[in-house]
Amino acid sequence: MNRRSVAFILLAIAIALAVGVIGYGMMMTPPDDLDLSRSKASAKGLFAVAVAPEKEPLEQGPLHNWILTLKTPDGVPVEGATIAVGGGMPQHGHGLPTQPQATAYLGEGRYRIEGVRFNMSGWWEFKFDIKAAAGDDSVVFNLTL
Amino acid sequence: MRTRLIPALLALAGFAACQPEEFTEAEKATIASLSLTALPPLPADTTNRVADDAAAAAFGATLFFEQRLSRDGTVACATCHLVDRQFQDDRPRSVGLAMTDRRAMPLAGVARSPFLFWDGRKDSLWAQALGPLEDAREHGGTRAAYAHFIANAFGDRYERIFGRLPDLSGVPAAASPLGSDAEKAAWQAMPDDKKREIDTVFANLGKAIAAFERTIVHQPTRFDRFADAIAAGKAPEGDAALSEQEVYGLRLFIGRASCVTCHNGPRFTDDHFHNTGVSPVDGLPEDTGRAAGTEKVLADPFNCLGAYRDGSAEACGELRFMVRQSEELERAFKTPSLRGAAARPPYMHSGQIATLADVVDHYVRAPASVSGHSELKPLKMSDKERAALIAFLGTLAE
Repeated sequence: MNRRSVAFILLAIAIALAVGVIGYGMMMTPPDDLDLSRSKASAKGLFAVAVAPEKEPLEQGPLHNWILTLKTPDGVPVEGATIAVGGGMPQHGHGLPTQPQATAYLGEGRYRIEGVRFNMSGWWEFKFDIKAAAGDDSVVFNLTL
Repeated sequence: MRTRLIPALLALAGFAACQPEEFTEAEKATIASLSLTALPPLPADTTNRVADDAAAAAFGATLFFEQRLSRDGTVACATCHLVDRQFQDDRPRSVGLAMTDRRAMPLAGVARSPFLFWDGRKDSLWAQALGPLEDAREHGGTRAAYAHFIANAFGDRYERIFGRLPDLSGVPAAASPLGSDAEKAAWQAMPDDKKREIDTVFANLGKAIAAFERTIVHQPTRFDRFADAIAAGKAPEGDAALSEQEVYGLRLFIGRASCVTCHNGPRFTDDHFHNTGVSPVDGLPEDTGRAAGTEKVLADPFNCLGAYRDGSAEACGELRFMVRQSEELERAFKTPSLRGAAARPPYMHSGQIATLADVVDHYVRAPASVSGHSELKPLKMSDKERAALIAFLGTLAE
């Protein structure tokens, strides 16, 4: 092994260490390519789901409500659905700090989700398990605070 | 070339460290979010109709310092919440009539906590105040005895705020569902409507004390002046300046050390409960923290959904949407505010950790929890970094 290749290997190690240190430091930042859309198809494609906080801007800390709008893929509002709410912070390995519930049907496929809190900044997953006449399906939204 | 480069690099590093405006936009936003300036106005407490009533707050202050509100006339709220010590007592575990299992919490900003106590077993400030009054190791009295005492010592003041006291002529001198066997029997023997009248007086004492405690607030610190200057794009000077070491600690706090994950917002707390692997104290009964706290708050007759709340149940979102069952509740304890923390050792829910240096060491080591799972992950942190974090915490206490 000549001098040049030793230097090259040392440089490579140094870069790897630097990247490692940066990666460690940035461990809690959300992935760059996170899908932050607030409307999407459910996992099996049974529903088109949209979510939005009842009041903007979305704040870290206070208890607040969301509106979930549930439609068939061709845009017909879905009534009478049972919606279970879950989620958490994938990078911290914990769930939501509260147990939100779908408390009211507001018409036109809209459901009020009460009791939501995000107590930390970072990447949150907001999950909904939906049971309706069309079948059971689920959807996960990503949020960053 | 090497000899020329090193001084240049050192100069650059020195320059960067002395320039607080070198914070990124994200860091500036986080720093601004931690300032007391970012604290919203205290929300109304509709569950306590006298929450913002000046006469009730004054009466609550009287009660807070009143030692006769105890079994033997020696214990007041102020016994463990000392007015000149951030309303805490500097002890690992507080001592009322006897030594308790937990560290007294400071009271600044306490009215903003959705759940009270280290395990969140109360869901309002007024309901919280009732707990110690009947705890055998704290005030050790009974609600019936307190009703008699109020009627005798403060009847006029009580009635000006809350209206007529009930007729206490048939009420035993000491009776409570939580007292000794004799006190419990005396309580059981009372008619239900009389129990409700006594419970109402008792709840009102809590509401007056809460009205007083709502006035206890954090005072701006050197960090707040620094943060406000940064937010305004000015150079922090004079009593707003942070040393190079303190700025380094702040960067770690909001950056790699991830302290700000839970110690966030102007009060440096997320008002939530976390298992951080703090060891139990030898000899104390098993303490599951929030896991037991959720059961207790749901069973509490003075909770938001109970009969003694003022206003509508709309205010009870915290209790209605509380996580009731989860592994994450096991040995989870409330995130304390870090304001003033540097000046009030010892630390943790039973005063397990003596110094801030030991607290930082705990977070660096991230030991496993005896039950449940600690949320901490081990950190790599040099002595210089540890000292910087501690120096930064000092800026929140002066």
